Amino acid sequence: MIALEASDVVKRYANHLALNKVSISVPQQSIFGLLGPNGAGKTSLIRIINQITAPDEGFVKLNGQLLAPEHSSMIGYLPEERGLYKKMKVGEQAMYLAQLKGVDKTTAKKRLDEWFEKFEISSWWNRKVEELSKGMQQKIQFIVTIIHEPSFLIFDEPFSGFDPVNVSLLKAEILRLRDNGATILFSTHNMESVEELCDHIALINASEKILDGTVEEIKRSYRSHTFDMVLSDLTQNARSILPEGFDLISSSSNRFGETSIRIKSPVAADANHLISAIMPYAGIVSFQEVLPSMNDIFIEKVRLEKPDQHTVIQ
Amino acid sequence: MNKTFLILEREYLSRVKKKSFIVMTFLGPLLMAAMMIVPVVLATMQDVGKKKVAVLDQTGWFAGKFESGENLEFTFVSGELAEEKKHVLDGIFDALLFIPMPEFNVPANAELFSTKQASMTLKSLARNVIKTEVENRKLMSAGIDPQLIRESKTNVNILTIRLDEDGSESKSYTEIQVAIGIFSSILIYFFIFLFGAQVMRGVIEEKTSRIIEVIVSSVKPFQLMMGKITGIALVGLTQFLLWVVLTGIIYLVFGAVFGADTLSQPSGIQQTLMQQGIAVDQNASRQMINQVTEVIGSINFGTIIPTFIFYFLGGYLLYAALFAAIGSAVDNEADTQQFMLPVSAPLILGIILSNFVVNNPDGPVAFWLSLIPLTSPIIMMVRIPFGVPIHELILSMTLLVAGFLFTTWLAAKIYRTGILMYGKKVSWKELWKWMRHTS
Repeated sequence: MIALEASDVVKRYANHLALNKVSISVPQQSIFGLLGPNGAGKTSLIRIINQITAPDEGFVKLNGQLLAPEHSSMIGYLPEERGLYKKMKVGEQAMYLAQLKGVDKTTAKKRLDEWFEKFEISSWWNRKVEELSKGMQQKIQFIVTIIHEPSFLIFDEPFSGFDPVNVSLLKAEILRLRDNGATILFSTHNMESVEELCDHIALINASEKILDGTVEEIKRSYRSHTFDMVLSDLTQNARSILPEGFDLISSSSNRFGETSIRIKSPVAADANHLISAIMPYAGIVSFQEVLPSMNDIFIEKVRLEKPDQHTVIQ
Repeated sequence: MNKTFLILEREYLSRVKKKSFIVMTFLGPLLMAAMMIVPVVLATMQDVGKKKVAVLDQTGWFAGKFESGENLEFTFVSGELAEEKKHVLDGIFDALLFIPMPEFNVPANAELFSTKQASMTLKSLARNVIKTEVENRKLMSAGIDPQLIRESKTNVNILTIRLDEDGSESKSYTEIQVAIGIFSSILIYFFIFLFGAQVMRGVIEEKTSRIIEVIVSSVKPFQLMMGKITGIALVGLTQFLLWVVLTGIIYLVFGAVFGADTLSQPSGIQQTLMQQGIAVDQNASRQMINQVTEVIGSINFGTIIPTFIFYFLGGYLLYAALFAAIGSAVDNEADTQQFMLPVSAPLILGIILSNFVVNNPDGPVAFWLSLIPLTSPIIMMVRIPFGVPIHELILSMTLLVAGFLFTTWLAAKIYRTGILMYGKKVSWKELWKWMRHTS
């Protein structure tokens, strides 16, 4: 079941094209990573999903329905550039933002009390936002993002500004939200968290989508047929025992007499064939195919596309 | 609609609860009341306790002319000046009035010695007495009966009476109308700037704190803008009404405490002079009190207050939308200058021309400026106390409503693009592009 479907979305600004026929589909109850360099068009797409702006062409459907104003209460949005009213008290502000999302007063108070307790910040209720540290403000911002229990959540760089303790708290919270049924669109530059959290990704560069799929699929399709082996009792030169077509990338010995080697094949290779070729000459301690990291894929793809202009919309 | 109300509620409450609002609300009427009351209080409060004044009269003309009254006791002395001065220093007398012999009939210098600053009452009393006596003597030496001169003095009082269309007559007081017209137009001018600037600052605050992105994902930018503008309008109205009510209360309380008379007395000094037995035409003073009541009665509050509220709201709505648009286009308050000047120019022009309009409230300048929505809130308020034909008033009001609907529509187009645009110096050309761009 698809929670969110964007189809051939085009967005033009006065001076440039921000999105060029971008389509994504986010399966229900999954975490979908929206990746791309600065200025690629991520924010434009997120704003369209939030109905802050409208697409010039194409459409967006939420749960099979074309986006309409009443959907705003089903979407929770944590923008990259965060902010709260500085002079307003924390509790008052959270109540206000919850009500703007259509939660009635009593429910809002009840849920906020629960969340404040959970994050151990109940004592902040009557303090002004400007008195809080940046990290504290982020926690409040996170709470107001999810207070109306939206089925679709958009997190834009959610971990920026958090210390490691709070990052893991937040990660756990995001995973829990998904397990409880929410669908999450997750925009970030932090590729580690993409591998850790995301089920699917789409990569946008220079206004166009250049890649999408499950994290697993993408990694496999970008495999470079590179293998890491640790060998024992190697008596000969490592290069000489490799079967035809394999190149030795690196080799190093440790003090236990073991040799670590990295091997690469220019074409798809059979791992069994490789192992059986080596077995007569050395003991095999470990064998592993090296899949490219999302970081490598990101950099490779973006560099390949070579955007000819960089226009930043924030 | 419900969400617009939520925004309105927040904008209203967050401002009304501010300390500065509460302070202003109570300080405003206090200042107003103080301006009316303090001179009266000061005048009645001075000269508490009897003051002893020694009079050293070298002319011998003034025996019996200084009558001791409630606050002042006059004693004629005849010692040397230096000796009498010493008495003042020793505290036997509070003051010494020295009247030397006038030389060659030239006036009449007198000296008043006291350890403290001599009071206004004593000084003006002394001057009056000496002046009257010296004048009388001059007249008599020329063979003229001073009584004749006094009788020939005539007070000319011109009543201006307006003939209304239905033939009825009503007295009009031009000076009062000028004052009311100018006062209400200045008040509207300040209210528009004061609360218009609050709208602009509110928009800039939302933009720079980046909360705007969260809010416009919940409500339409137009709802946010209208909620803010109407919320602040209510703040302005609240402040205005509280001022009216509080000023009234302070005035009444003061009147009850100090006696209703005190406030209707023309001036404290005159009052003291009356107590001192100086000839003040009792009749004239009563006439004046009657006149004041009549003047107040002649002010058409029934028309002025509702039209004031209408033109305040209309003018505010018209300009607040423009101020909101300016706020949305910039990143901080310092950048607003280039847009503020052209937008506020009509208001400033209006307030400058209001002095001109007062002199000719039915002339063509007054007529056109009170129809053009950009200046009508100010100029029409100048004209209202003089009476404006009803069809002109309706036309002006209709144009003002159309005017603010138009500026709101225009501002909304700039606003929804501007609030999401960061880090860009915006020019007029850019604004024009946003206006034409539909999205």
